[in-house]
Amino acid sequence: MPTPADEPIDPDVDLHVPAHRAELTRTHGGVLAVIALGGGLGGVARYALSAAVPGAFGIFAINVLGSFLIGVLMVLVVDVYQAHPLVRPFLGVGVLGGFTTFSAYAVDFSWYLLLTPVCAFAAAFAGTRLVRWTL
Amino acid sequence: MDALMVFIGAAVGAPLRYLTDRLVQSRHESDFPYGTLTVNVVGCFVLGLLTGASSAWMPLLGTGLCGGLTTYSTFSYETVRLFECREYRFAALNAVVSVVVGVGAAWLGLQAG
Repeated sequence: MPTPADEPIDPDVDLHVPAHRAELTRTHGGVLAVIALGGGLGGVARYALSAAVPGAFGIFAINVLGSFLIGVLMVLVVDVYQAHPLVRPFLGVGVLGGFTTFSAYAVDFSWYLLLTPVCAFAAAFAGTRLVRWTL
Repeated sequence: MDALMVFIGAAVGAPLRYLTDRLVQSRHESDFPYGTLTVNVVGCFVLGLLTGASSAWMPLLGTGLCGGLTTYSTFSYETVRLFECREYRFAALNAVVSVVVGVGAAWLGLQAG
């Protein structure tokens, strides 16, 4: 099932989408505050999971899981529900953006350099399809 | 204590990613996700620097700030969306350039740190 072209490509913020373009002027402090709170929570969740599963596999699992969840979230927020305008900033930009990390992945030079993007893309795709099929 | 430092760093990094992404997009009228690429490459370089220098600031600036500034979920979703929108060249380019330049920036940071 193809998705409309006016849906965001960049889930953090896509200035092609009128609602994204307006959100900073409309609820300036609110958007940045929920992104900060979500980012902090996501970062601590990553820190805790990395401590429980040290090394490359922990980072790999975090990035693949987060990619799956952004797929689920974006379909729910954009396609299914008329979600509150702070939901995507809080959960997508904040929690999932803070949870996943590109920097720890790139610094590690590990076995997963090629495996992570393959699995993460598949996971993000699977997240969107799972929600679209079940709802 | 480390968890608090991670929280504070990521609480700064995530809004910084959002604002940088907006700024970059406002200057590049393109479907190619330059904004996400920018934050990811900068974050990789800085984390490389911190790792190379074995910095004591790692929980705040590395795990927190760089971790919150960079994102894998956004990178994955964008690549999938570009593919869905039949922008196959952008999708492939985004995947290859992000990984190659991100890892390259991290390596440079490690050498300089």
